[in-house]
Amino acid sequence: MNPAFSVIVLTTLIGVGQGLFLALFSSQAFTIVKVLPTQPNGYYALGGAIALCFLGGGLVASFFHLGHPERAWRAATRWRTSWLSREVIALPAVMGLVFLYAIVNGFGLEADLYGWNIPGQVALTVGTLGVAATLTLFLCTGMIYGAIKFLQEWATPLTVVNYFLLGSASGFTFAAAYASFMAPNVVKFYAGWAITLTILAFFTRAAALFRNARIKRVATVQTAIGVRHAKVQQRSMGFMGGSYNTREYFHGRTVLFLKSVKWIFLVLVFLVPVALLWTGLPEGRPALLVAAFLAQYVGLLFERWFFFAQASHPQNLYYQFVG
Amino acid sequence: MTQLALVIDLNVCVGCHACVTSCKQWNTSGQAGPLFDDNPYGQDPTGTFFNRVQTFEVGEFPCTETIHFPKSCLHCEDAPCVPVCPTGASYKRAEDGIVLVDYDKCIGCKYCSWACPYGAREFDENQKVMKKCTLCVDRIYDTTIPPERRKPACVLACPTSARLFGDVHDPESEVSIAIREGGGYPLMPEWGTKPANHYLPRRKTKLRIHEDELVRADNPLRKEDIRHETGKDVTLDDWLM
Ligand code: SF4
Ligand code: SF4
Repeated sequence: MNPAFSVIVLTTLIGVGQGLFLALFSSQAFTIVKVLPTQPNGYYALGGAIALCFLGGGLVASFFHLGHPERAWRAATRWRTSWLSREVIALPAVMGLVFLYAIVNGFGLEADLYGWNIPGQVALTVGTLGVAATLTLFLCTGMIYGAIKFLQEWATPLTVVNYFLLGSASGFTFAAAYASFMAPNVVKFYAGWAITLTILAFFTRAAALFRNARIKRVATVQTAIGVRHAKVQQRSMGFMGGSYNTREYFHGRTVLFLKSVKWIFLVLVFLVPVALLWTGLPEGRPALLVAAFLAQYVGLLFERWFFFAQASHPQNLYYQFVG
Repeated sequence: MTQLALVIDLNVCVGCHACVTSCKQWNTSGQAGPLFDDNPYGQDPTGTFFNRVQTFEVGEFPCTETIHFPKSCLHCEDAPCVPVCPTGASYKRAEDGIVLVDYDKCIGCKYCSWACPYGAREFDENQKVMKKCTLCVDRIYDTTIPPERRKPACVLACPTSARLFGDVHDPESEVSIAIREGGGYPLMPEWGTKPANHYLPRRKTKLRIHEDELVRADNPLRKEDIRHETGKDVTLDDWLM
């Protein structure tokens, strides 16, 4: 496929936003049960607002992918059959809940909802709903790609797992950087999880790379035109100037370029952030943690580009030779 | 239930592109608005088409065969492009099985085209909506056209009658008989999309003649066959003749 920049930005930004929200809420949940030191409410409110900015940035980017953004509301109508439609519902739902979460924390709204006699029950409730929505959004985003069986590189549960782990890892890395300014006493929590998630994501992403390098193609040029012969070659695709079919499904880069992008993302998404987080972890040095996030985010742009470019669409069997 | 479809005879198609141009002409002039071309007379002309004719070579020189292969939307019975559409702009008509895009609802997200393994959908860069073959739905039901002309433009244009059009669910229709008796097959059946359009294979007309059809084994005059071998030895026959 030909990677669309809008979709790369969309998926990476909402990944950070979702991961950041998960990081904030998990640390808050731990403070409520007194495992982590308590933070001022403003810390969660500002963090939630930042997560909202990431999610909103993704939403804006998604509009650049549409031919008719003014009709985008229609995309919420087919949630029964379309994962894309489900994502279109889940993204605003996550944004709404993160917004509520920031509000609840920002204004310190409290109520003894469950009769536990401890503060933070409202935030806990809104946050739990937010976590459910966030996980649903990860599922939807992954399934948009995982559900197309023709794109064999994507049609695996690993796609969903990777969207979840990579998004969460980048969100926790951001949270570590954010906390190094605002709440140094929880940096270790975030950085530790960021390292864990990044390493987990490394294994699942590597598993996907391993799998994709060994894919057995379902369709062949023989089945594409229905002729049984060992040697079938296209002689003309029927036009010379290119078409949607030659633009949308081919990345137009060399194998070497593709390979180098793979190594760049492997280094930037996994190696560099883990090294920086590891060195930054003991003293919580902001510069290192910010650098870890930036490296990981830029790496994720490469990773997403590669994710799209690597997928080989069966329609390409019909577009091999200009003539 | 009706499922309208095309049956394309690869044994007959000569690759003249008449179906391509007639399709473009009809569908660029209809009420759905033009099928745009960008730079039609410039250096890199490109445009939206519903139908393309491609050429494949089978075998290795000198034992090759050229196959001209027209390709348009196959109006799959289990169309994977329909359920993925987030807006419902892509739909399959219950009454005749035609897969259509509602250009007024399409948001141009291109997701349906990813879900078509045949590359049958083309995005219109000017109208910013997804386009594809409509089986000339604005023509086949038009009662102002004489009944015998109520067929897709490509079918009417084909000079060799390589394209048949009809209901593949009616076992006695011309297309069903052609599929049944001519070995009609769908493209990429492994995906389970159940394309409604079918293709008829290349066929060689061969006459098999057996030895005993040249020399009748039961010929009563066989004994007098003057071509029989004569031995060098003198036999009793020589004396009797
Ligand atoms: S050929 Fe492609 S566009 Fe046409 S119905 Fe089948 S999947 Fe959909
Ligand atoms: S491009 Fe249009 S028809 Fe295709 S999936 Fe998107 S909204 Fe539906």
